[in-house]
Amino acid sequence: MQNDIITLIPVIVMGKRYEVPHGLTIMKALEYAGYQLTRGCGCRGGVCGACATIYRKKGQYRLQVGLACQTVVEADIYILQLPFFPANKALYEINTTIPDDLNIIKLYPELLRCMGCNTCTNSCPMELEVMNYISAAIAGNYETVVELSMECVACGLCAARCPAELAPFNIALLIRRMVGKHLIQPSPQLAQRLEEIKAGKYEKELHGLKNTAPGEIEKKYKELQATKGASV
Amino acid sequence: MPYPVEMQDSIKNVAATRQPRLNREFPRLESSDKKQLLENYHPDYRPGSKKAIPLGPNKGELVPIELADLIKSPSRLNPAAIELEKNHYHTDVLVIGGGGGGATAALSAKKTGAQVLLVTKLRLGDSNTTMAEGGIGAATLPEDSPAIHWIDTMVGGRFQNKADLVEALVTDAPFIVDWLTNLGVNFDRNADGSYETHMPGGHSRRRSHSVKDLTGLEIMRVLADEIRNREIEVLEFSPAVELLLDEDQQCAGAVLLNLDTGQHFVVEAKTTIVCTGGMGRLHPNGFPTSNHYGATADGIIMAYRAGAKLLHPGYVQYHPTGAAWPEQMLGLLISEALRAQHAQLVNKHGQMFINRLETRDAVASAIIQECGEKNNGVVTPTGMVGVWLDTPLIDIICGQGTFLRRFAGIYKRFKKYDIDPINEPILIYPTQHYQNGGVEINTNGETNVPNLYMAGEVSGGVHGHNRLGSNSLQDIFVFGRRAGRHAAEKSRQVNLGKLSLDHVKAYNTLLQENQIETETVSPLILPDYRFEKALTKIQHIEGS
Repeated sequence: MQNDIITLIPVIVMGKRYEVPHGLTIMKALEYAGYQLTRGCGCRGGVCGACATIYRKKGQYRLQVGLACQTVVEADIYILQLPFFPANKALYEINTTIPDDLNIIKLYPELLRCMGCNTCTNSCPMELEVMNYISAAIAGNYETVVELSMECVACGLCAARCPAELAPFNIALLIRRMVGKHLIQPSPQLAQRLEEIKAGKYEKELHGLKNTAPGEIEKKYKELQATKGASV
Repeated sequence: MPYPVEMQDSIKNVAATRQPRLNREFPRLESSDKKQLLENYHPDYRPGSKKAIPLGPNKGELVPIELADLIKSPSRLNPAAIELEKNHYHTDVLVIGGGGGGATAALSAKKTGAQVLLVTKLRLGDSNTTMAEGGIGAATLPEDSPAIHWIDTMVGGRFQNKADLVEALVTDAPFIVDWLTNLGVNFDRNADGSYETHMPGGHSRRRSHSVKDLTGLEIMRVLADEIRNREIEVLEFSPAVELLLDEDQQCAGAVLLNLDTGQHFVVEAKTTIVCTGGMGRLHPNGFPTSNHYGATADGIIMAYRAGAKLLHPGYVQYHPTGAAWPEQMLGLLISEALRAQHAQLVNKHGQMFINRLETRDAVASAIIQECGEKNNGVVTPTGMVGVWLDTPLIDIICGQGTFLRRFAGIYKRFKKYDIDPINEPILIYPTQHYQNGGVEINTNGETNVPNLYMAGEVSGGVHGHNRLGSNSLQDIFVFGRRAGRHAAEKSRQVNLGKLSLDHVKAYNTLLQENQIETETVSPLILPDYRFEKALTKIQHIEGS
């Protein structure tokens, strides 16, 4: 790729000043500055939550947050990556932990300490309505928790900044798992397929296929492709 | 960064041809045409893209140059500096890798009654699993069957797959969907509780089970949580550097590196399961990659030095639709599920040139041909070339709101750069996505080295020369579970002798004897993007 003219801008990484090309993400800016990242770098695509970053622009008091792999650097920003956060995670047996208030409060009593300050929502680089899902958790609206928290990447920033010391992302994970396990109607089609396989229904056919010439299998494939129907 | 002016004209062409394209599909390739397309344009067949492995069990076999260079490098470990008597950990089962395969292997081994230690290079969950968007393949619909899944997978793999491994894959697959559901994974459902399923390229029935466009993220979160609930010991930021053998050439654990302190330490294990994923971050052929930062082929390198045999290590999957613009997203995967939902591929004139549901190898080759030889690609201000994925078709054909409901993650990522994929097409170019081959395994996940197991992308044989979409998530769970169970049971009968790194010394000597010289050491552990290497550079724009 040709980069004709590179404009350099200053960034301040943990107090040290570096000049980096304009237009880079914070992650690439750190690398351009010479860091070989271990902590603070993961999928590089905005889904793993490894690169939670706190930054502040020059002349502003406000702290901002972002994922380093998704946020483009600006001139004179102060950057700090969150390498790890010691968030509380409750241990539980999913098979017997049904979703009700008692179970959730027993596992995460601090849930009731939420004071509704909305710092968590303001700290979410995925722009999730964190406080709203915490409110839904307190109110027992578990499907709402699932809906509002599904895109959570568990970066830990909400927990790092919560004055009531909640770890919202772990509370949401507990509730999502409870809902997925205990509240969703099982698929009758899947149950039937499992029974068929256990009964050995496909063994003979698979055995036969393994002893069929590729040319014959290509033919079957063509027929199957012709009958595949709507692909939505 | 909305689309720059120089790309706007082409976007108008795409919009102008959209209506006439609505009810049309580009004809499917005949198998002879597909063969020719691959041979002419697929990077696997490009002259000069591969090099022969100079030593070891697969001597003479052609693999991507970047992989060959690591295979012919001496170990980064100085065997003489490691005190093997001072082993810091003893365990029944050692699992190397903290993605979906490793987590599944660890959970299964623990359930089978073994003591388990899971070690991983970065954090638990840091893996390509987390990044899997589309879904997990399993024949769960009445009109589908494991036999049809088997046929599709074999055809997709150009019949180079090991038939027994594919049988294991398709037969276990529905049970995996059940297992994940019971762990609390929130799959997309229809009103009657049945799964909402999709049909990625090459499949003949709808069988990809999704969680929006976050399938891997949702599954990985749940598995990592379950690892914690089961109190399985996890060592993060502790990649394996070499495997250990005993005097009978059985695998006996690994030497790990603490990335925070730089210290090496020794784990003695009765059985070892390697789930370290693929090689995307080696950037074979200079391609961008959709892979996680940690995908540096470490498992292949370590296992090869320990005497493990590779199968199809030269076959790489280039996913046809990696982002080509904006530059910050270069190489990032745009799920095949968008094509399953009717997004078509069109060139700069707005013309279709390949059926949207051909297998990945064929679609990628067609795009390379279109951007190179045919000169029908769109050039970006930074010199990248791509073709359009006409995403507005998704809501037009499947109903308003479909894009947001199914692809919220993709929508958000583009919106950050002021691109609206519901109303504007997105520019794509093939991106390195998957290592089709790897260390050869049997249906228990065993390799030819006693007590050494593999599961997932690091292994070879399940996918032949080309993997079908949604079969990789299935692969890691099916073979993670099989390897975990078998390794746990086997650990009860294993008696280890004296731990040794003699195979590493011998390998280094063999390199010297053959006068193979390199400046690198391996395994790579982490890619180096420091300084000017942080700037995007793509060597592979065919024909430009």
